[in-house]
Amino acid sequence: MNENKNLYGVTALFDSANEIIHAAKEVEKAGYKNFDVNTPYPVHGMDRAMGLKRSTVGFFTLFFGFSGTAFILLFAYWTMSVNYPMVIGGKPFFALPSFIPVTFETTVLLGGIATVVGILAVFFNLPSNNHPLHDTDYMCSVSNDKYGIVIEAEDPKFNENEVTELLKRLGAKKIHTVMNPGKESFPIFEGRFVVFLILVVLVVCGGTYFTLNKVLYLEPFDWMLEQDKLIPQEKSTIFTDNKGMRTTIEGTVARGYLPYPFKGQTIPTETLANPLLPTKKVLEFGKGKFLTFCSPCHGNYADGDSRLHGQFPNPPTLHSARAREFGDGMIYHIIVNGQNTMPSYETQTTSEERWAIINYIRALQRAKNAKPTDLQEVQKELGVNVK
Amino acid sequence: MLNKESGYVKKELPGNIAKIGTVFFAVGLILGTAGYFIEPVRASFSYLVAFMFLVSVGIGSLFLVALEYLAGADWSTPFRRVSEFLSSSIPLLIIFALPLIFNMNSLFHWTHTEAVAEDAVLQGKAPYLNSSFFIIRVVVIFGLWSLFYYLLSKNSRGQDSTGDQRLTKRNIVLSGIFIPLFAITATVTSVDWLMSLEPHWFSTIFGVYFFSGSVWASLAALTLIVVLLKEKGYLSQRINNDHYYSLGTLMFAFTCFWGYIAFSQYMLIWYADLPEESFWFLQRWTGGWEYFSIVLILAHFIIPFGALLSYPAKTNPRRLKFISVWILCTHYLDLYWLTMPNLNVSGFVFSWLDFVFPIGILGLIILIFNINAKKYNLIPVGDPKLQRGLDFTLH
Ligand code: HEC
Repeated sequence: MNENKNLYGVTALFDSANEIIHAAKEVEKAGYKNFDVNTPYPVHGMDRAMGLKRSTVGFFTLFFGFSGTAFILLFAYWTMSVNYPMVIGGKPFFALPSFIPVTFETTVLLGGIATVVGILAVFFNLPSNNHPLHDTDYMCSVSNDKYGIVIEAEDPKFNENEVTELLKRLGAKKIHTVMNPGKESFPIFEGRFVVFLILVVLVVCGGTYFTLNKVLYLEPFDWMLEQDKLIPQEKSTIFTDNKGMRTTIEGTVARGYLPYPFKGQTIPTETLANPLLPTKKVLEFGKGKFLTFCSPCHGNYADGDSRLHGQFPNPPTLHSARAREFGDGMIYHIIVNGQNTMPSYETQTTSEERWAIINYIRALQRAKNAKPTDLQEVQKELGVNVK
Repeated sequence: MLNKESGYVKKELPGNIAKIGTVFFAVGLILGTAGYFIEPVRASFSYLVAFMFLVSVGIGSLFLVALEYLAGADWSTPFRRVSEFLSSSIPLLIIFALPLIFNMNSLFHWTHTEAVAEDAVLQGKAPYLNSSFFIIRVVVIFGLWSLFYYLLSKNSRGQDSTGDQRLTKRNIVLSGIFIPLFAITATVTSVDWLMSLEPHWFSTIFGVYFFSGSVWASLAALTLIVVLLKEKGYLSQRINNDHYYSLGTLMFAFTCFWGYIAFSQYMLIWYADLPEESFWFLQRWTGGWEYFSIVLILAHFIIPFGALLSYPAKTNPRRLKFISVWILCTHYLDLYWLTMPNLNVSGFVFSWLDFVFPIGILGLIILIFNINAKKYNLIPVGDPKLQRGLDFTLH
């Protein structure tokens, strides 16, 4: 029992690792529960000597690690597949292998940080970081070359004289009593410390900005920027006309890009006929090209629900009567010429791809405006009851 | 005097171990030879997998021995002999490589001169990939390994009677030379025997991949044998949970290491998607090989990761034995997955031969281990680090 309310505990210093192990064993045997050992380095066999159970910190780390995994996978899914889907390197929107490195890192990071913060919070009783043992001679010794043990006054068996006797018997070199700090103060909230924190933040941010945006463009660091190569849209001294980007020789026709005879007309007097049949293969092909080239503006089902969040005027739906009445050749005409705000897709698509896209648009239109007779046909074909 | 300290009394291993080893080896030898006359090409490939298993456990174990010396580790000293015995297959490698060298034509596409003549890529690689240089490399590398095996184990055994501490020093120096050499030779070996099965394919991380699996399997073999011997009372009874825990942790570490390397290799190829690299993985994703690939991800990484994560798993002898056997089987599967799709390019084909050779190799490893255990102490009784190794505690 502890009479002195202000007493934190009794500390004792030893000279060697063997002595401290022996002392810890004896203190544990004597029935004390609230005692701790401080050594300059981890002493092997200490857990057993103190009679400690296995720490449960691992579960804490595991939980936060897996939270990191779950968070980053959901985050990658949302950014890369939902909010701003972009085709990168021809990979699917949710390209798991490319998310693995960041998943691994977030798992480790969150597990690690949460553990450290959690341990600090528990040990230091944050936001207070005042421990009665701080700034004592005892602490200075055990973080240098001595091995210390402290029996806390909270222990139910605690009795100052008995404890001192016991420690003396165990051969302690120095025995001290440690008092609780009188007033609870939170140095973390002190004005000076807060100002210091803000200064650190400013210096770090400013330094980072300065390094990344200025220093790295200074002499020896910018070597990689000076390259003897043609940069698109830049002028070149090699050619007499100073144009870096060369045009093809007049009359060149790229493979798959046959010239379109009615180019430039707003309302074509004549249009081409679709040479492709809507076979399954053609539709699959057209679907892929439609999703790549048209869907960013027209939406995945040509409803005119663009993914561009107002960065470009939304196109009209292609399920309107007007668009359904367009001949295949007219849509082809629009792909090649563009129409008002819609840019031309002449250079991005080959003629075969355009016809395949058109077939796919037709399939979409038919599906969105299905008649009961269509349903019957599907039923016949699949042999199932479609409602 | 030294024996007393460690509480070690030399006992003969039970006689039926030699019998089991002989039977396994004989079965492998007879059925394997028979299989060779029925299906020579298939038998060569099957045997190559088994041979690579022998190589990887042998040199992985020697690496662990060298690592202990170099790192000054003492916790593993009480059972270092197990790794030494496992690596004693190294001097025999050259003999067991002979059947493969005589069948190089069935194994390696690049040995066919008419194929090379038509193939610009293979012509470019011909200065390295040609039969005579291959054989020179094999002889030199197996010779070097044998030399280091011989020196390291001779010094270690010499200490048993003399207790001479200078031998430890000498082995530390030897290990320091061996480990960088090992990095190069293991890479060359994996490239020669496994990667060149598909001579058009290349992966610069392949050597590391092989190394990770090799050490993983060697650790599993070590753990399995240590637990078995300790339980039967052949090792010091002072080997405790902390030793087990350290072995388990190393296996866990190498599980992660393999996963890291295997994924790095896959991701770079997947990301760049160059036809000259990605076809290798596509081969392993068609015709039934995809199941092998999936099983490999699960069995080689995810399952051992989960199984070894917790503290009890790393200290419970039964679980350790189970996971060690698991690891050894999976390592075999890994080598199988590296090798076989080069033979059955269009899809997996079952053959009974694939079960014959591993049995023979297992028998061989048991036999070699048994012979060593008969001749030498199972504990390096004269090693100055032994006492600390036995006193080892973790926390
Ligand atoms: C950059 C966004 C964008 C892309 C990509 C795009 N379009 Fe358009 N599209 C538009 C806009 C905007 C309009 C409406 C133009 C107007 O005001 O007449 C339009 C109109 C159309 C029309 C005429 C609809 C009508 O009712 O007048 C068709 C047909 C069409 N697009 C087909 C396509 C096809 C096929 C593709 C793929 C090759 C494609 N578009 C790609 C933005 C786009």
